[in-house]
Amino acid sequence: MAHHILHMPATEADIRKLRVGDTVTLQDTLFGIRDATQIHMFDRGRRTRFDLNGHAVIHTAPNVRKVDPNPSASLAQEPATRGTNHSGYEAVCIGTTTSDRMERFTRPLMEREGVRIIIGKGGLREDSARAFQELGGCYLAVIGGAAALETTWITAIEDVDMDDLNPESLWRFAIRDFGPLIVGMDSHGGSLYRDVQASVEAKRAAVLAKLGAG
Amino acid sequence: MSVITTPDKLRVTPDAIEEAAKLLYIRALKILPDDIKQGFFRLDSTETDGLAKSVLATMIENIAVAERTENLLCQDTGIPIFNVQIGRDVEVDGWALKQAIARGTERATREHPLRSSVVHPITRVNAHTSCGAHVPVIHVDFVETPRTLRLEMIPKGSGSENGSFLQMLIPADGLSGVKRFVVDAAIKAGGKVCPPTILGVGVGGTSDLCMHLAKVAATRPLGSVCADAEGAKLEVELSEAVNSLGIGPQGLGGDSTAFAVHVEVAATHITMNPVAVNVQCHSARRASATFTPEGVVVGF
Repeated sequence: MAHHILHMPATEADIRKLRVGDTVTLQDTLFGIRDATQIHMFDRGRRTRFDLNGHAVIHTAPNVRKVDPNPSASLAQEPATRGTNHSGYEAVCIGTTTSDRMERFTRPLMEREGVRIIIGKGGLREDSARAFQELGGCYLAVIGGAAALETTWITAIEDVDMDDLNPESLWRFAIRDFGPLIVGMDSHGGSLYRDVQASVEAKRAAVLAKLGAG
Repeated sequence: MSVITTPDKLRVTPDAIEEAAKLLYIRALKILPDDIKQGFFRLDSTETDGLAKSVLATMIENIAVAERTENLLCQDTGIPIFNVQIGRDVEVDGWALKQAIARGTERATREHPLRSSVVHPITRVNAHTSCGAHVPVIHVDFVETPRTLRLEMIPKGSGSENGSFLQMLIPADGLSGVKRFVVDAAIKAGGKVCPPTILGVGVGGTSDLCMHLAKVAATRPLGSVCADAEGAKLEVELSEAVNSLGIGPQGLGGDSTAFAVHVEVAATHITMNPVAVNVQCHSARRASATFTPEGVVVGF
C-alpha cells in the first residue's frame, strides 16, 4: 500500500500508478461539483469556462461566506481561509456528499471534460469502474462527515462558475495537503466497494440463519 | 363551556422560541452529543480491521477539530427537524411557535451563514433560508411533565435520509420477514449512508406512522432502549446481525457498521405487518433547549 502525492493537474501515467488501497494526498487545485452542476452540464448542455483537463473533482456543495472579492480587503478581515478569494467567497465548511447519486456523470466528466480523479464518499458503480479503466481515472474516498477537518485542507475559494446554482456551483478551490485519501477504485478495474459488497453478500445467508430468518 | 386560566403556568414567548431555534440549529451542527462520542470510542476499541480503524480515527479527529475551530461537523446542514414536547400547565401560542421556529431557522442560515440545503421539490429552487413548504419539519407532542417545554433540533443529513425503506409486509411474512427486511436494507444502504450509523427500525402502525417510528428510533440517544420488551429484544438481535455483515465505516469494510439498531413499535391492523428503516449517519447531531420556570437549559 503506497502513498502518493499528486500535484494537479495529473497525467494518465500518474493515475495508472495508483492501486486500490493506496493513499493519496493532493496539492494545488481541486474542483467542487454536485448533482445540479452535472445535470446542467450534461443534461442541459451548459459548458464551463474552467479547464478541467487532468483535474480532480470532489462531490460537494460547500458552506460559504460572501466576502469582498478584492484580495487585500478580504485578507485584512482575517478570513478563515488564506490566499486569494477572487471568487468573492470564503470557506465556512467544505466536505463531501454521497457519490452514488452522480454515477451516470462519471463517463461524460472524463470524456468531455478530461477529469481524471473523482473524490467522494460511498463509492461509484460498475459503469464508473469501466470508465476509470478505459480512460485512465480513479475514485478517491474522502471521509464523509469529516468536513471540519477537510476544510482545513482548503486554502481558498479561487473562482466559481455557474453560480446561479449556488451552493451547487462549480467551485475552484486552492488546496494544501488535501488528504490522505483512500484509492477506492483504480484504473485497473479494481474497486474496494465491489470487494466489500461481495463479501457482505457472502455473509448474508449465515447472518439471516442466525436470526431465524433464512 | 368556559375557559379557565390559572397563575401556575409556564409561559413561553415566540421570541424565546425563535432565539432557541436559531441557537439549537447552529449548536447541533457543531457539537456532537456525548453518547455519540462514547459510541465512537466503543467502536474504536473493538474494531479489528486496520483501514476501518483509521477511518474511525479520522472521524474522531474531526469531532475535535469542529469543536476547536467552532466549525460545522459536516457540510450537510440537513433538513431542519424540530421536536416540541409540551408538558402540562404550559401556555404557548402554537401557531406563533411554528412561525418562530421557521424564523429562527432562517436567521441561523443567514447570520452564521449556513448552506441552505432546502429546495422546492419540483422547481429545485433554493430560497437560501433552509425553509420551504412544511420545512422546518415540526412535530408537537404533549407530555405529563408539568411546566416544561422541550425543543429538540435535528439537522437530518440527506446521505442517510436517502437510505429510507418501507415495506408493507403481511402477517404471513412474520417477524422473520421483518428481520430479513432490516438486514437487506443495511446491505442496500452500504456505505452510502455514512456508517457507522444508528439504524432506526419502525415496526407496526400505518405506513406513515411506521416510517415516523423509524425516524424516532434513528434519532434516539445511544444507550436508550425500546420501551416495548419485544422491541428491545429485536434491537439486540438486529444490532449483532447488522454488525456481522462487514460493511464497516464508510462502507470500506470492518466491524463498525452501526453504533446500534434502535426499534420503535406501534400497534397495527390484523392484516398488516409494516416495517420501515430510517438511518442516522455517524454525524448523529441533535441539540435541545428545555424551558422551565427556572430558566432555559441547553443540552442534547
